[in-house]
Amino acid sequence: MVELVVISGKGGTGKTSILGAFAALASRKVLCDADVDAADLHLLLSPRIGEREGFWAGYKAFIQPESCIRCGECRKKCRFEAVSEEFVVDEMLCEGCGVCAYFCPEGAVDMRPNLCGEWFVSDTRHGPLVHARLGIAEENSGKLVSLVRKQARRVAEEKGLDMILTDGPPGIGCPVIAAVGGATAVLIVAEPTVSGHHDLERAAGLARGFHVPVLVCVNKADLHPPSADSIEQWCRGHGHQFVGRLPFDPVFTRAQLVGKTILEHGDGPARTAVMELWDQVRSFLGSGLQPSFDREAFSGKS
Amino acid sequence: MIIAVASGKGGTGKTTVAVNLAMALPGEVQLLDCDVEEPNANLFLRAAVTEREEVHMEVPLIDNQACTYCGKCREICRFNAVAIVPETRVALAFPELCHGCGGCFAVCPEGAVLDSRRLLGVVEKGKRSTVKLVQGRLRVGEAMAPPLIRKVVAQAEETGITVVDAPPGTSCPVVTSLRRADCAVLVTEPTPFGLNDLELAAGAVRKMGIPAGIVVNRCDVGDGRIRDFARREGIPILLEIPFDRAVAEAYARGELLVERFPRWKERMLHLHSRIQGLLVPE
Repeated sequence: MVELVVISGKGGTGKTSILGAFAALASRKVLCDADVDAADLHLLLSPRIGEREGFWAGYKAFIQPESCIRCGECRKKCRFEAVSEEFVVDEMLCEGCGVCAYFCPEGAVDMRPNLCGEWFVSDTRHGPLVHARLGIAEENSGKLVSLVRKQARRVAEEKGLDMILTDGPPGIGCPVIAAVGGATAVLIVAEPTVSGHHDLERAAGLARGFHVPVLVCVNKADLHPPSADSIEQWCRGHGHQFVGRLPFDPVFTRAQLVGKTILEHGDGPARTAVMELWDQVRSFLGSGLQPSFDREAFSGKS
Repeated sequence: MIIAVASGKGGTGKTTVAVNLAMALPGEVQLLDCDVEEPNANLFLRAAVTEREEVHMEVPLIDNQACTYCGKCREICRFNAVAIVPETRVALAFPELCHGCGGCFAVCPEGAVLDSRRLLGVVEKGKRSTVKLVQGRLRVGEAMAPPLIRKVVAQAEETGITVVDAPPGTSCPVVTSLRRADCAVLVTEPTPFGLNDLELAAGAVRKMGIPAGIVVNRCDVGDGRIRDFARREGIPILLEIPFDRAVAEAYARGELLVERFPRWKERMLHLHSRIQGLLVPE
């Protein structure tokens, strides 16, 4: 089983559009949307939801007003400033640690299990999709990322499929850590801007920390070719596999507007570039877990 | 007044709006970069960093000499950050799992839980012309952004204007960044992804009770779906910015748009006056 996770550090570089195109190109795979904070992949794949389950994680404290003697012990002990002067817990600030409940002399604090969102296993025209929706302003997104990845693996095993393509979240924090650990490789979608390069370095550093091989592509490369060049150079200098450039092309937006992947919408240089990118990525995944490898060996397409 | 610049979707132009707005305003303005996972504001502002402070979280370290293996710390910890095995006299803390609730410290009858620290990242300060910058930078490998964001937000001054550059998404890092905001500017683009993520962001600010308006970036690349949403939800559109390749290239090089394009200064001042309108009850 191989799993490719597409991340970027910086948001909005084109992760989901590129993963959508891969979905149209790859065979025998399960798709997984691990950007649970702001999931968008379903907008390209029009899923028909099959399984649907609540995502319960952690707890929230509730103070029962009739039992509370307003002694202030919970306010004093709470490190998250979640208990108001009126002894009401702010759900958005509560970490669910239960320290207030433990120290309440009256047993007036209930710790209630927290429904943080939902997850789904769906059918799409490009194969099964595991996705989720985190509740608005909820936490535990890292746990939900781990859950959808685990479910994607289960679906792949049940259906005898040997590849998982995962759309990851932006950033480098808890959900990204949950998305990267144990992947066969990450593809970092960079953009040729000062921020794109900066964020790529941090995301690549995170993946390397987890011993996951890093592939890098530059989207919208022609917007500023010197930055694309310097990203490619940086990758060579740091042992990351540079796997291609995509042009800035409004066709990505046009495809999105009609709910299609770019492969299913028109022709042109962007489409060809994405297909070449997939060839490079696929050869890497096919070659198994080889952290470094010879670019020449796969520059000639077979 | 704290103006938070947010958006569910990444890459819509939050940082561009936050930095250029801060630079366009007359008088001293504070800019807080709360996107601590990928802090980008200073790539454009280019303020020299003059202060740097490490931020740690207090995590447990168990003193095996004093520990009686009573197990109270393990019992209170909901994050599996403490393991106690009385039979083999093992008492271990896992600082990377700790959420910093302080429960184990408070509950230990022997004083055997000692203060240790986990580095979360740094808070840096600097200044460029009228803009005072505070930015958080999460250590690569650290999972918990919110405690570091809290430190950045705590630097907001009581008087004057503070612009907050928030992280993308709608979960705890965003909620933490927006906690003290008086109003929110939601930057989006008129595409299916832009709208989907805007709906989530609008839901989050509504839940938090923060008045908000919308900036539509690259307003000419998609369709009319953001306008329809704004009308339906009664959220004002504060500004629409058409796509401009020269601007995209200047952004790529890390230029400040208000310095390069006079039009951008007017735009940001207009945005500021529209933001003030958000705070006036109708």
